[in-house]
Amino acid sequence: MKKEILVCQGSACVSSQSRDVYDALESELKVRGLEEKYSLKPTGCHGFCEQGPIVLIEPEGYFYCQVKDKQVPKLVDCLQEGSVYEELLYKSSETQEPLKTRNEIPFYQKQKRLVLQNCGLIDPESIDDYINSGGYSSLQKVLSMEPDEVIKEVKDSGVRGRGGGGFPTGDKWYYGRQPQADKKYIICNAEESDPGAFIDRSILECDPHRVLEGMLTAGYAIGACEGFVYIRSEYPLAVKRIYSAISQALEKGYLGKNIMNSGFDFDVQIKQGAGAFVCGEETALIESIQGNSGMPRPRPPYPAEKGLWDRPTIVNNVETLSNIPIIFDKGASQYARIGTQQSKGTKIFALTGKIRHTGLVEVPMGITLREIIFEIGGGIKDDKKFKAVQIGGPSGGCLSEGYLDFPVDYDSLIDAGAMMGSGGLVVLDESTCIVELARYFLSFTRMEACGKCTPCREGNTRLLEILQRIIEGEGKMEDLDRLETLSRNIIDTSLCGLGQSAPNPVLTTLQNFRGEYEKHVKERKCPAGVCQALLSYKIIQENCKGCGICMKHCPAGAITGEKNQPHNIDADVCAKCGECVDKCPFGAIVPG
Amino acid sequence: MQSDVENLIQKYREIPGGLVPLLQETQEEVGYLPREVLEKIASGLNLSLAKVVGVATFYHQFYLQPRGKNIIRVCMGTACHVRGASDILAAFEKELNIEVGETTLDQNFTLEEVACIGACSLAPVISINDNTHGKLVAGKIPELLGKYEKAVLH
Repeated sequence: MKKEILVCQGSACVSSQSRDVYDALESELKVRGLEEKYSLKPTGCHGFCEQGPIVLIEPEGYFYCQVKDKQVPKLVDCLQEGSVYEELLYKSSETQEPLKTRNEIPFYQKQKRLVLQNCGLIDPESIDDYINSGGYSSLQKVLSMEPDEVIKEVKDSGVRGRGGGGFPTGDKWYYGRQPQADKKYIICNAEESDPGAFIDRSILECDPHRVLEGMLTAGYAIGACEGFVYIRSEYPLAVKRIYSAISQALEKGYLGKNIMNSGFDFDVQIKQGAGAFVCGEETALIESIQGNSGMPRPRPPYPAEKGLWDRPTIVNNVETLSNIPIIFDKGASQYARIGTQQSKGTKIFALTGKIRHTGLVEVPMGITLREIIFEIGGGIKDDKKFKAVQIGGPSGGCLSEGYLDFPVDYDSLIDAGAMMGSGGLVVLDESTCIVELARYFLSFTRMEACGKCTPCREGNTRLLEILQRIIEGEGKMEDLDRLETLSRNIIDTSLCGLGQSAPNPVLTTLQNFRGEYEKHVKERKCPAGVCQALLSYKIIQENCKGCGICMKHCPAGAITGEKNQPHNIDADVCAKCGECVDKCPFGAIVPG
Repeated sequence: MQSDVENLIQKYREIPGGLVPLLQETQEEVGYLPREVLEKIASGLNLSLAKVVGVATFYHQFYLQPRGKNIIRVCMGTACHVRGASDILAAFEKELNIEVGETTLDQNFTLEEVACIGACSLAPVISINDNTHGKLVAGKIPELLGKYEKAVLH
């Protein structure tokens, strides 16, 4: 078998200069006349983005991390000798043993990669690679079935929408199938704007045909001949790859007229978003495709009945559509064995924040947060203490240590006050201030709110003002109750999902970290040492050598003391800039 | 420029929902969306100026003011936020002597915030034009800017 050198060209690896590595490999193979012997291939993302650029050698499966272009000659030497380039292997964080293949790395051991099965292994810009790995065979199966049977299979699989709400996909398709209309539409929602999530981007960059196959199946099931991919323009590489996938699929007859001689026609267009978080909401997204400002409208009527240009329209998220080929490959009953009673299949999470191994992971529904964070993610960075995990982005919730053994599925997360959302999972350590985090999320949703309905526009602004007050040390105890009441009112009365979920971070942080709020209000202290107005610095007398460096750098002249004697900070004069903490060579100045 | 905008208007005038892509392509051509261009689009598509300005100001992507040669976008996403994005932003403001949203006097750099560029595993992240720079530390900023300053000179 011809050896393959697979170089990751996902967004994260590209920012770590993986293009240079690819170019260096290309020219090195050329110089040594080895182009025929080895096949060099660009691939999508392995998910272990922090360790990029990643190079995979097949068939041996050697998994090289953090490869630099200057290491390429030695890498090719190893290839020719048939040896392993040990320095490039991932080292076990416990034993420091080098691990040769992907499956030996703890980051991969607890994962179940179904939707991501091709990621990192095929060239995303080659339809042949996709077909050779079994692609478009599920579509063949689908086209030989009756549309009602297709919908039944999706219903039986139990798959639910991966974009946030978790609505059963089969039911949605059923509602889309019912109305009679001259035209129907399928929209793939790739407006993934949750800060901290990059699942849809990765799928589109790594395996775009899988998404098209899902869209084709949906179109066939409900009787639609036209589809749209509504994608963020902030994802240029994903845009490029979905364009190239569409043109290749057209060429090969998987799109266009009479697909695979079935008599089924389907075309896909791309619509690039113009930067609006609220367009992830389906009615806002439809408004945007129609050339308007992306403002949501009340439902019902649901898009399945009256959507794009008033025609029946099904909006499914990228990850949901990517699950569809798996359901038809495996069969609904086999698919339904993965996951929990009410949440079937796998879920992809973007694991980020203060965690050792950041990246993209796919896990079976029902796995615990502890397994994801500590076993897959390798625990907290720099051996700090776990404080909380924010799950589901700005619409989600902030869960404390007590929830670590909670199973991760749609319903358990709702019970915990969070939500699956789009799958962002941001891990926080003791140096993150919870109140400031709630303020951060709220300022994001408030900025992104469209301004149409009053509860969201005015209510979230008032919430933000209260949080700002607490952070600045002006909070009152009544404010905490006020936050809670107002949050509940906003949730009950807002027009769309954005407003209805925007207060979630406030409510969950209040519920799980009330003590930290109270410290801000009652003691005027920020335990994490983040809120500038509540900070004060002190000099640990035993550690201070009286060198005078802090005194020289203090812009406010707040530090006094004799040479070689412990110094002091005058809290009334201190500007809280933190310059002294950075400059002290003995670590003698601390917040407190 | 005039005729380019005219051509784009012709291209999109009959397409339902064409206003957003028309604004996108016009901005790509002109660099930003000055008032006279918006007026031309409104009359070309038979829409009110209020409608066109409404859409242009609703989306973050559109600019009604000219921007610099190099666009620096500091990611303010959650992962970057908890890994110090606001310090990075402050360091850029200090280095360029402008505030976020502004353009340097020599029109070389525009400094912007972006909600998330989806490279969270490399936080804190910024992008300059189409290049992403990850795991950034404030100390590296002058060197990074230097590369782009030189690129402009040559």
